[in-house]
Amino acid sequence: MSTKTLEQVEEKFETFQILNEEGEIVNESAMPDLSDEELQELMTRMVYTRIWDQRAISLNRQGRLGFYAPVAGQEASMLGSQFALDKEDWILPGYRDIPQIVYHGLPLHQAFLWSRGHIGGGKFPEGLNVAVPQIIIGAQIVQTAGVALGLKRKGNKNIAITYTGDGGSSQGDFYEGMNFAGAYNVPAVFIVQNNRFAISVPVEKQTAAKTIAQKATAAGIEGIQVDGMDVLAVYAVTKEARDRALNGDGPTLIETLTYRYGPHTMAGDDPTRYRTSDLDDEWTKKDPLVRFRKFLEAKKLWTEEKENEIVEKAKEDIKAAIKEADSAPKQKVTDLIGVMFDELPANLREQMEEFTAKESK
Amino acid sequence: MAQMTMIQAITDAMRNELKTNEDVLVFGEDVGQNGGVFRATEGLQKEFGEDRVFDTPLAESGIGGLAIGLGLTGFRPVMEIQFFGFLFEVMDSVAGQMSRWRYRSGGTQTTPITVRAPFGGGVKTPEMHADSLEGLMAQTPGLKVVIPSTPYDAKGLLISSIRDNDPVVFLEHMKLYRSFRAEVPEEEYTIELGKADIKREGNDVTIVTYGAMVHASLKAAEELEKDGIDVEVIDLMTVSPLDVDTIVASVEKTNRAIVVQEAQKQAGIAANVVAEITERAILSLEAPVLRVTAPDTIYPFASMEDSWLPDHKDIVATVNKVVNF
Repeated sequence: MSTKTLEQVEEKFETFQILNEEGEIVNESAMPDLSDEELQELMTRMVYTRIWDQRAISLNRQGRLGFYAPVAGQEASMLGSQFALDKEDWILPGYRDIPQIVYHGLPLHQAFLWSRGHIGGGKFPEGLNVAVPQIIIGAQIVQTAGVALGLKRKGNKNIAITYTGDGGSSQGDFYEGMNFAGAYNVPAVFIVQNNRFAISVPVEKQTAAKTIAQKATAAGIEGIQVDGMDVLAVYAVTKEARDRALNGDGPTLIETLTYRYGPHTMAGDDPTRYRTSDLDDEWTKKDPLVRFRKFLEAKKLWTEEKENEIVEKAKEDIKAAIKEADSAPKQKVTDLIGVMFDELPANLREQMEEFTAKESK
Repeated sequence: MAQMTMIQAITDAMRNELKTNEDVLVFGEDVGQNGGVFRATEGLQKEFGEDRVFDTPLAESGIGGLAIGLGLTGFRPVMEIQFFGFLFEVMDSVAGQMSRWRYRSGGTQTTPITVRAPFGGGVKTPEMHADSLEGLMAQTPGLKVVIPSTPYDAKGLLISSIRDNDPVVFLEHMKLYRSFRAEVPEEEYTIELGKADIKREGNDVTIVTYGAMVHASLKAAEELEKDGIDVEVIDLMTVSPLDVDTIVASVEKTNRAIVVQEAQKQAGIAANVVAEITERAILSLEAPVLRVTAPDTIYPFASMEDSWLPDHKDIVATVNKVVNF
């Protein structure tokens, strides 16, 4: 009896896909309405981000970047979903979700400053509706429910979107955030990027649930599992979730099935300790860039020459952004004191004087 | 002027802020139609509507996240934690998130949240209701921690807390909610955060205290007066940051001090007060600064409260120790 119920639930969360590994449309009716330029822009962003990831890993190894969580493999999941957003939508990213906020408007050199651990990394430009990347896994989920409620109460036609990983779906805040969003029927979209591993722990050890998308059921909200290596499918489900949210039909949980080709972070993680090369090979065949490139080439929208131009542009931009990050002023204790409060309390006024004197020596 | 209990003064402060600023939102478990488990939000939903005063699902962490998100979108959230012992469920939102938001965004984003919560012993509550956890909050950079002891202070301090552009933890002692009435102006007024109040002037010994212990200290001071000991009682009102100037000026006058708190000796903020006095006024001291606190056990089973909680007799005994040192 209970087993049957589980099967019935699982059947409702089949993987949504538009583009197969060969770059062929397998779900014509779901094809999103994107212009040729928009399709090219999506590919441009994915190629750019792949190069950025490679450069970031290299810069980290040279000691020119600090904390970095690799993104190669997740380009479709990250960029396809961000592409469905309006400029005024709020993003509450996790620590890996830097590409989304850069394409939302965060200057690249600030992303690098954040990686290094510099106050300039979080000094977001006015009007950029983005939270600082969240280190506490799950915190962004409850906060997103609040941002979405705020947008709804202000009467804004915008949504709040947030990202976590497969491991993050085990947190209490993950459930609480979705449940609050459902109870208040707010315009929120929750994306779980299921790259199958939380550091070394495979998703099978997080939960006995066959999909993460079905966890939406506990909150009484929509849940969908999507091929996270298929940029068109990710874009389509995010756009639909956004439309539904703005239509007053409530939040959505989207599970993107994806993979990170690199380590968890650059802080000494070695994926060969917990991942087989067979699994790596299997997911390399699903590379989001490969299949979308095939799709665009078949439509005569993409060439090797064009791709090389983007690769060069990315490398130049990164070089310039690193240079700009290098030129950021050295931080002082007084800078840190200065951003603690609107008005400094007595203890910090006193310490401000102490450190001002120390720094002027 | 009106005669109000502390809880009425608290409701009055929230009513005033809901009226004067449409971005003020009041929410928590049972604060809406029910008017709060202590009636602190009585009548507010009826007067201001469900969009301004509303119930939440039963999840403290979610409430904290909700407040942060609402703060980021321009609201001024006044969230309630039903009992402060439930802080641990929402510790990340309070101490890991809202306290840091301005800093982590380099001053570009703010979360002007007031966290209201009842706490405190003497009313025989079940487990995890009465614990004094202000020490945990006082150790968190980015938070201010306010604890009123009178209806007048509660109203002025709560209005200031709600208007503060940074997170304030506002702790309401359950025993003081309805224990007495006092004159409270009906119009709005504020009391500056971070400022202590001298509740009784004296020349022989300084008692630095807060919360319910203010009243125990005042009672002790009356008894000590009969023995010719003239006690000054400082009500901190804000336990973080401390009003060091008022404390030090008093100690320089009396040359003797004790610190009185309801929390366990290893908790609370008394050790911090002692350290500040030692650093700044050691040459004025005729005796060490002693502490009156609860013992370092878990908060007592309800029927043990009377013998566990510090009271005026403990305070009298400790003042006598420093006077006769």
